[in-house]
Amino acid sequence: MLTMENVTKQYTRRRHEIIGLRNANLRIDNGEFVAIVGPSGSGKSTLLLMLGGMLSPSSGRVCVDGQSIYDLSVNGRAALRKQKIGFVFQTFNLVPYLSALQNVQVPLYLAGLVDGQQTGIATRLLERVGLGDRLDHKPSELSVGQQQRVALARMLANDPKIILADEPTGNLDPETGSNILEFFAELNAEGRTVVMVTHDARAAAVRATRTMRIVDGSIQPHNAQELLSPLPQLQPAMQ
Amino acid sequence: MKLSTIVCKEILERKSQLLTSFMAILLGVTVIVSIKNITYYSEKAVARELDALGANVLVLPKSATLQDYYRADMQGEVMPEEYVTTLATSSLEGLDNLSPKLSVPVTVRGTSCTLTGILPKSEFQSKSAWAGAGIFSMPATGCGTVAQLAGTQEPPKETLVRKRVIDTLESNEALIGAEVGGSLKLKQDDMIDVLGKQFRVTAVLPQTGTVDDSRIFAHLHTVQELAGKGPVINAIEIIGCCQEISKGLVSKINELLPGAKVVTIAQVVETQVKTNRMMAGLSLLFLSIIALVGGATIANYMYANVYERRREIGTLLALGASSGMILRMFLLKAVILGVGGGIGGYILGTVLAATLGPRIAGVLIFPMPMLFVWAVLISTIIAVIASLLPAHNAARLDPCLTLREM
Repeated sequence: MLTMENVTKQYTRRRHEIIGLRNANLRIDNGEFVAIVGPSGSGKSTLLLMLGGMLSPSSGRVCVDGQSIYDLSVNGRAALRKQKIGFVFQTFNLVPYLSALQNVQVPLYLAGLVDGQQTGIATRLLERVGLGDRLDHKPSELSVGQQQRVALARMLANDPKIILADEPTGNLDPETGSNILEFFAELNAEGRTVVMVTHDARAAAVRATRTMRIVDGSIQPHNAQELLSPLPQLQPAMQ
Repeated sequence: MKLSTIVCKEILERKSQLLTSFMAILLGVTVIVSIKNITYYSEKAVARELDALGANVLVLPKSATLQDYYRADMQGEVMPEEYVTTLATSSLEGLDNLSPKLSVPVTVRGTSCTLTGILPKSEFQSKSAWAGAGIFSMPATGCGTVAQLAGTQEPPKETLVRKRVIDTLESNEALIGAEVGGSLKLKQDDMIDVLGKQFRVTAVLPQTGTVDDSRIFAHLHTVQELAGKGPVINAIEIIGCCQEISKGLVSKINELLPGAKVVTIAQVVETQVKTNRMMAGLSLLFLSIIALVGGATIANYMYANVYERRREIGTLLALGASSGMILRMFLLKAVILGVGGGIGGYILGTVLAATLGPRIAGVLIFPMPMLFVWAVLISTIIAVIASLLPAHNAARLDPCLTLREM
């Protein structure tokens, strides 16, 4: 379970104070698929980074399974991420000089698995995302869709209970994006908690079990289902 | 997948960027290794030259002067023979051979010459008080060493010319200088009368071009008896190890024998000392340059590398890497860079020294394994120190800032 209690995040940029999050309260239960929508600069990414233990709040508490994560040391938070959290990035963030297989092996190495175990698990994960024949390809030798699938396989390597995805379909064509969202739904069906930041409210509405909206750092409930109703017919402006 | 896999893959991916800093450390180590190599073999060559000169340290009575090195024992001034015992039983290092002398002017068959009493090595060894502590029990070190261990075959007596000592010399035996031998037409086993005592000629010495050619060498104690001067000597010739002389052997002997004057072949030793100092200074200069230029180049490269890889670092942190792992990743890269530069620098430096050594210093150069360890250690230490701050910065990177799109 992920919770935020009265969380505020303030930045100072060029002597101007910016509010990233304003007195935010949030509770995401295990197994939920939550989509967070909002315009650019609204604080979506700030929220996701805080939930992942990578950005400490100015005030308030962020808890994962009841543990206040910013009361942990830096390495303690790294260990928590390694055990429970999987990140998916908009630009995939694959290590460019490692092959697809080696990219997926990275979290397994960090978890302390020996080489043979790493290779076995990484191969199975890449086969699961349909890249069993591209194990030795570097990211530059893969299409963007394939790169995102490698990133998904890497995210799954440490079998995370919580998946934090930042605009995972932002760089993909609609068909590939749809496949990726379907994959997230599949992971959610396995019992994993998915928190996805997106500006595509319609996509969020299709797959997410709950949608929230951030406006100027404030979290608001959002009824995305209305987005799924047919668009009204436009009347011709002039006969 | 290991940490080394990540580091090696990254190095191979961006090898052209690494080239400059690798070259800086490689060339620095190359220069130092070649200087050290040439210096070492030059010093050995000078030491050999010094050895070839024979005795290089003289112990004289306090009032004696050193206007002519080869005539230093012919001034009539004397000192006690026990000085020899003091030196032989001392723990001074670098005393390869001692040769006490007492010289008296004589006329043999109308020819003026000098009767010089010398003490054969067997006399040193027979004195029980000196056994075990004396210089003749020391193993040959190759540094001007001419002392022979007991039991080895006695070399020909003609070697006295160079080695300044002989193994045995009976009380009725004499060695004849080339000039005296020529004028008196003496040959081996001839008999000769000196100061009323009959001596058998055991060898006529080869020509040296020095006053030694007009000497007749006999046993020291026989000469003392014939001269009626008691247990005294005019000089002690010492073959000292060149390196020990550089380190202050002369002053140590001075402390041991405050009643004597100790002199050395100043020019040769000074040249050696100057060469040593110059080469040591040059090595230090290049070490400073490599530390500054090589270190700065590596640090600059590492800073750029950290900046370029900040997204990758952020990703690794997001995947659960600890800051210690990020630190190790960059330091391992520095170690690989340093070890590579050290090995390459050693090989290149040795080849350079072997090529230039005969031309610059006139000496043959051979690989020195000790320099390999030294080169690898120095370059690794420099690379690691230069990378410490960038690596530390990488480990402390804010993952949030490294993942800008989030």
